[in-house]
Amino acid sequence: MQQFPCPFCGPRPEDEFRYAGDAGRPRPGRDASDAEWAAYLYFGRNARGAARELWIHSYGCGRWIELSRDTVSHVVDGAKPMNP
Amino acid sequence: MRLASGGEIDRGTPLAFRFDGADLEGYAGDTLASALLANDVQPLARSFKYHRPRGLLAAAHEEPNAVLDLRHGAYHDPNARATLELLAAGMELRSVHARGTAQRDALAFLDRCWRFIPAGFYYKTFMWPGWKWFEPAIRRMAGRGVVDPSYHPRAQPQRYLNADLCVIGAGAAGLAAAQAGLRRGLRVVLVEQRTRCGGTLLWRSARIDGEPAMRWVAAVERELRSGGAEVLLCTTALGLYDHGLLALSERMGDATGGARERVWQLRARQVVLASGAIERPLLFGDNDRPGVMLADSALEYLRRYAVRAGERVVVATGNDSAYAVAEALQAAGARCVLVDARADGALAAAARTQGIEVRANERVACAVGRDRVRAVRLASGATVEADLVAMAGGWTPLIHLYCHARGRPRWDAARGAMLPGDPVHGLAVAGAANGADSLQQALEQGVAAAGGAAGSTPRAEEAAFGWGGEPDIAQAFTTPRVWVDLQHDVTVKDVALAVRENFSAAEHLKRYTTLGMATDQGRTSNVNGLAVLADRTGREISTLGVTTFRPPFVPVGMAALAGADRGELQAPLRRLPAENVHRAEGAALLDYGNLLRPAWYGDRETALARECRAARTEAVVLDASSLGKIEVLGPDAAALLDFVFYTRISTLAPGRLRYGLALAESGGIFDDAVVLCVSPRHFVVSCSSGHVAAMVANLEAWREDRFDLARVFVHDATPQWATLAISGPQARRVISALELGIDLADGAFLHMSARDGVFAGVPARIARVSFTGERGYEVSVPADRCAELWGRAREAGARPLGVEALGVLRVEKGYIFVGQDTDGETMPQDIGMGQARLARQDAFVGDRSLFLPAAARAGRRQLVGVSALGEAPLAVGAHAVVRDGASERSIGFVTSSYFSILLGRPIALALIEDGAARHGETLEFEHLGARSAGRLVPPCLHDPRGERLNA
Repeated sequence: MQQFPCPFCGPRPEDEFRYAGDAGRPRPGRDASDAEWAAYLYFGRNARGAARELWIHSYGCGRWIELSRDTVSHVVDGAKPMNP
Repeated sequence: MRLASGGEIDRGTPLAFRFDGADLEGYAGDTLASALLANDVQPLARSFKYHRPRGLLAAAHEEPNAVLDLRHGAYHDPNARATLELLAAGMELRSVHARGTAQRDALAFLDRCWRFIPAGFYYKTFMWPGWKWFEPAIRRMAGRGVVDPSYHPRAQPQRYLNADLCVIGAGAAGLAAAQAGLRRGLRVVLVEQRTRCGGTLLWRSARIDGEPAMRWVAAVERELRSGGAEVLLCTTALGLYDHGLLALSERMGDATGGARERVWQLRARQVVLASGAIERPLLFGDNDRPGVMLADSALEYLRRYAVRAGERVVVATGNDSAYAVAEALQAAGARCVLVDARADGALAAAARTQGIEVRANERVACAVGRDRVRAVRLASGATVEADLVAMAGGWTPLIHLYCHARGRPRWDAARGAMLPGDPVHGLAVAGAANGADSLQQALEQGVAAAGGAAGSTPRAEEAAFGWGGEPDIAQAFTTPRVWVDLQHDVTVKDVALAVRENFSAAEHLKRYTTLGMATDQGRTSNVNGLAVLADRTGREISTLGVTTFRPPFVPVGMAALAGADRGELQAPLRRLPAENVHRAEGAALLDYGNLLRPAWYGDRETALARECRAARTEAVVLDASSLGKIEVLGPDAAALLDFVFYTRISTLAPGRLRYGLALAESGGIFDDAVVLCVSPRHFVVSCSSGHVAAMVANLEAWREDRFDLARVFVHDATPQWATLAISGPQARRVISALELGIDLADGAFLHMSARDGVFAGVPARIARVSFTGERGYEVSVPADRCAELWGRAREAGARPLGVEALGVLRVEKGYIFVGQDTDGETMPQDIGMGQARLARQDAFVGDRSLFLPAAARAGRRQLVGVSALGEAPLAVGAHAVVRDGASERSIGFVTSSYFSILLGRPIALALIEDGAARHGETLEFEHLGARSAGRLVPPCLHDPRGERLNA
C-alpha cells in the first residue's frame, strides 16, 4: 500500500484516498463536440511513468490533492492542494 | 539421536507429545522437527504426487516435506510447518496427505506408476470426457492437510508500527545494520524468524572481536533492546510493498491461548534485507530419500537442538563450507565420509587429521534405501554405508523481498547464485543475501547498509566458507529419477520433458512442471531447475531470467490475515436509533445495505397485506431515520446544488421541497433526493438511505473542484436526526396528536413544503412529502427522541410499516429506487423526467452527456409498469424476450416486482427498450427457463392524478 503526503494531514495510507483522474484536464463546456466530451469522460491519459493525478482524501480531510507520482515506480515526489 | 549435552534445549523440561499415535518426548526449545528427528521418526511425510516417503531436508522455512497436522487442546493447524512450530506438551501430530500414516501409506503404490504420470500428464490424460469427472478423486489424492470446518481460530488483531529502519534477519549482517542504525539515532525494528538472534552464528563457529561470536550477538541484542529498538523474534517478513510497507507474521506459540499467529503492518523509511542464504541440494539419484538433508541444516540440528541426525554420515559437497559440518558431526560421535567433487587440498588434509575419510574428485551418484537411506553409490561405483547424506550444493541468497520491491536479480556465475541487481529505492541488501564472501564482509555490508561508519565494523574470524559456483549437475542424468522440487515432486526428467515439448522459458517450465509453485516457492529447487534447463537447452543460466517471487514469503493463515476484521467488525452494521422499539414491536430486522431496518412487523405471512392495507386506509409510521439529511450552507449553496443536481434547486422558495435527480457525468442517474430550502443560504438534501456517503462525497468533490470553499459548506447531519414518515388517509390526525405547534391546514401547509415545529420541548422539522402516494408527513427530531416520537405516533393510531410493504406501495405508484429500477445507463428522459434536459442552459453534472448521440438513439431502455398476467409476481431480473429473426433476444428486464394487495394482482417495474411507446403490448418474460406473460402499462398504477396526497 502506498503512502501519500496529504498537505493537510501528513503522510497517510493510500486507502484513505480516492483517485479522481488526471490533473490539469478542464471540464469542457456545453459547446464541446461529442468527441471532446467523450474524451473527457472516457479517455484518461493513463501515463506510464511521471503523472499528475488528482486524489480526494475521502477518509481524512476530504480535500482534493494533486499528486506528482510515477505510475511505474510509485515514487511520489510532491503533493499540493488542488483548490488552495 | 539426542546428545547428552549441549544445544539450546531445556533438558529440565521434557515435553510429551504424539506423532501418528506414538508417544514421544522432546524438550522445551525443540521445534516439532527437531523433536521428531531426536526420536528418529522417519519418514514423517509423503510426497505430493508419488506418495514417496519423505524425511527432513532442512531446519527452517525452506523445509519442503515436514508439513503436519497439529492439534493442541482446542487449537488446530492442518498445515503446521514442523521446522518453525515450537513443541509444547500434549501436542498431537499427524502426518498429512498419506492414506493411513506417513510410514504406512496405502497410496504408496503410486510411486511404481511414475513412468505413466510425468509432468503435464493431467493435461493430456484427463481431457476426455472432462476434467470435472476426474478432479474430485485427484483432489483427494493430492493436497495436504485437511481443514476442520468446525474449528474457528481465535482472532488476533493486526498490529501496526512505523520505523525509520527495519532490518530483516538478525544474523551477523542484520545485527550489524540494526546496531549501526540505532547508533545513528534511528527508530529500529529488527525482524528475526528464528527464536533467537544470531542467524548462522547460532550453529557455525566464529569469533568476532576476538570472542565467540554468540557473545557479540548477545551484546548487540542487549544494546538494541535497551536502546529502544523493537526486536521481533519468531517473526517472518511476508512481503515488501509500496513505500516501505512490510507485512510480518509473528508466531506466538500458545502463549495467547488460541491465536498463534499475528500479522503486523510495518511502515519503514529504510529497509535492510539481511535474510542470508540457504543451502542448495545436490542432484543425484533418489536424492529425496529420508536421511538426505542439507548439510547446514544437519549442523543446525546438531548445535541448536543437540540432535545428531545420523551415525554414519556422507557429507557430499563441492565447496568449502561443508567441511565444518563434517568436522562437527565427527566430533559429536558420527563417522563421516566427505565426498568432494573437487581435487584434494589443504582442507581435506585437515579433515583427515580428525579421522574423517575424504574422497576427492568424487560425487554421489544415488542414494540407496527406501524408507530411509542405507547407503550411497558413488560415481566411481563404490558403495558407502550411510544413514545420513548431508549435501552442500552451494548457496541460494534469499532475495525475495528485493524482488517484491521490483528488483531484478542477476545471475552471478562465480558464486552460482541469483544476487540483487540494480538497487531499489529504500532497500539495501546486506550479508549472504547480497553475496558476501565472508563473515567480515557480511558485517561490513550490514554497517554500510544502515549508514554506519565503516571504521565501526567489528573484526571476524570464521571457518572456511565457499559459495560453490554453478550447480553441479554431473550426476543429474545418470539415474532415472533425480528430484529437483521435493515439495511438488518435480524431477530432472520432468524438466527435460518440458524442454522436449518446447516449454523451455523459465516461466513456461514453471507452469508446465509446477516447479517452484509449492508453498516453499521453490526455495531449494529454482536454481537447480534453471541449471537443468540451461543444460537441456544449451543456454547459459544468466540468459534464462528468473520467475517472479510474490508475497507471502511463507504461508500465512487466513485467520491471521483477517485479524479482528470479522463479522460486524469487518463490515460494521449501521443501526437505527430506535432499534429496540422496533424489536419490542416484533419487527423482523434485516440488513439493507449494511443498515439494519425493520422489514416487517409481526407474523410474516400476513404482515405485508396488513401493512399495505393500513397504509391505504388508515395511517402508518415508517422509521425513515436513515434518509439523508445533508446540510448545504452558504451564499453559494444554491449554485452548488444547481450544478450537482439535474433538477434546478435555486428557484426553490424558502419552506418548499423539490424532488430532484442528480446525475453522473456520464448522464446516468446517480441518485434522487428531496431537497428542502430552509433559506436561500441553507438547504437540506434528503437522499436515499444507501447513497448518503456517496452523495456527500459527490457534493464535496464538486464543491472543491468549482467553488470558493469559503462560500459553501457541506455537512452531513444524517445521524443526528431521526425521521419518522407518517402517511395514509388518517395521517393528519396522527400528526395533530403529536402537538408540534404548527398549522396543519392544507391551505397553510402545502404538499412539498416544510415547517419548523417543536416536539416535546425539542426542535422538530415537519415536511409534507409522500413515499406511498397517500397524504404523508416526515417528522424529524434529534435522534435520541426517536423512540418517544414513535410511541406517540403509535398511540395516535399509526400502525407500523416495514421496508418490504413500502416496496409494494411505491411500486403501485411507480416510484423508483435508484440503483434498483435504474442502472448506470438510465438517463432522466428514460424515466419520464426529460423536461429539465431541454429547459436548462447552464452547466450541471452530466449536462453534455444528455445530448450525445447515445442519449437520443432508438432502443434506449425506459421505465415501464408491468401488469403480470399470471397469478404470481414476475421474478426480479426476468428478461423480456422477443423473436429476432431465427433467434430470440432480451429487450429488457424486470427491476421490482410484488403482489399488489390494493389491485389484487401482481405488478412490476421494468426497463424495456422504447418502453414508453410500448404501453399496452404484451411481452413474454423468461426467468431460469420458465416463461410468463405481462402487459406493459404506465409505471403509476394507483391514483395517477395524485389526488390521494391531499385526501
